[in-house]
Amino acid sequence: MKNFNKYILAIGLMFLTEFSSAQSPEMADTFRAEGKIYVVVAIILIVLSGLVAYLFMLDRKLTRLERMMDEKPQTK
Amino acid sequence: MKNWLKILAVALLFYVHVAGLLFDVPRLNILNETVRAIYFHVPMWFGMVLLFLLSFYHAILFLRNPTPGLDRISVQYANVGLVFGLLGMLTGMLWANYTWGSPWHGDPKQNGAAIALLVYMAYFVLRGSIENEEQKARLSAVYNIFAFVAMIPLIFIIPRLQDSLHPGSGGNPGFNAYDLDNRMRAIFYPAVVSWFLIGVWIANLRIRYKTLEEKNMELYNEKF
Repeated sequence: MKNFNKYILAIGLMFLTEFSSAQSPEMADTFRAEGKIYVVVAIILIVLSGLVAYLFMLDRKLTRLERMMDEKPQTK
Repeated sequence: MKNWLKILAVALLFYVHVAGLLFDVPRLNILNETVRAIYFHVPMWFGMVLLFLLSFYHAILFLRNPTPGLDRISVQYANVGLVFGLLGMLTGMLWANYTWGSPWHGDPKQNGAAIALLVYMAYFVLRGSIENEEQKARLSAVYNIFAFVAMIPLIFIIPRLQDSLHPGSGGNPGFNAYDLDNRMRAIFYPAVVSWFLIGVWIANLRIRYKTLEEKNMELYNEKF
């Protein structure tokens, strides 16, 4: 009987540890609650829009150059 | 490349960066907040494989119908794919440093990816070492097929046959079991699509630039 009680206790403790560790792995909750995460998002979006604008400009420059090249043989 | 595709890629990219940082993710031990790296690290590899696939496809087209245009397309897709692969490797090493304990673990997935990148680097070494343009195009198209076929087992098959820490390898489940639930899929797949489209766009710009360069050379040769 004594052993049985021990087993129950052991199983109970196992559940307890399992439960408590699975409950809340650490996340950046306070950082989010403070709203500072929006600053990070905004900064990333600025960088991205800058890069994308740069890509679009490069695209336009190439299109212009292609047009110039296509015109050249005709004018000769 | 159509303009609406570029705009779609950019819109998805913005969505992915906002949602990837703000939306809820599963709370997991060890990974903690870094689980969000899935949205940024894995699309690099998916993008690389898709770009290499396009490169491989154009290499086959070239061998069936050898024109300099097809060769240029094949090379540039491989080029951008390699950039994506290197970014995937760097992000993976950073992530591994904080979750596995060190940047290089000799993990089968990591080693396989590194070998695949080296195989593709050799593609550019091969191209750089041949003077004759036609020969260069033909040999590198054949090598491209070999490189793509070698990459598949290195990245997708061998890591699954061995023990590995990387999800989707060894005994570990892929994205299904614990690290990609439906909330994450709604961000992950758009991330893959947007990065792939951005990759195609950059490759497209490079192809057009190389075509212009070629035309310019022809004009120059006509003149002198």
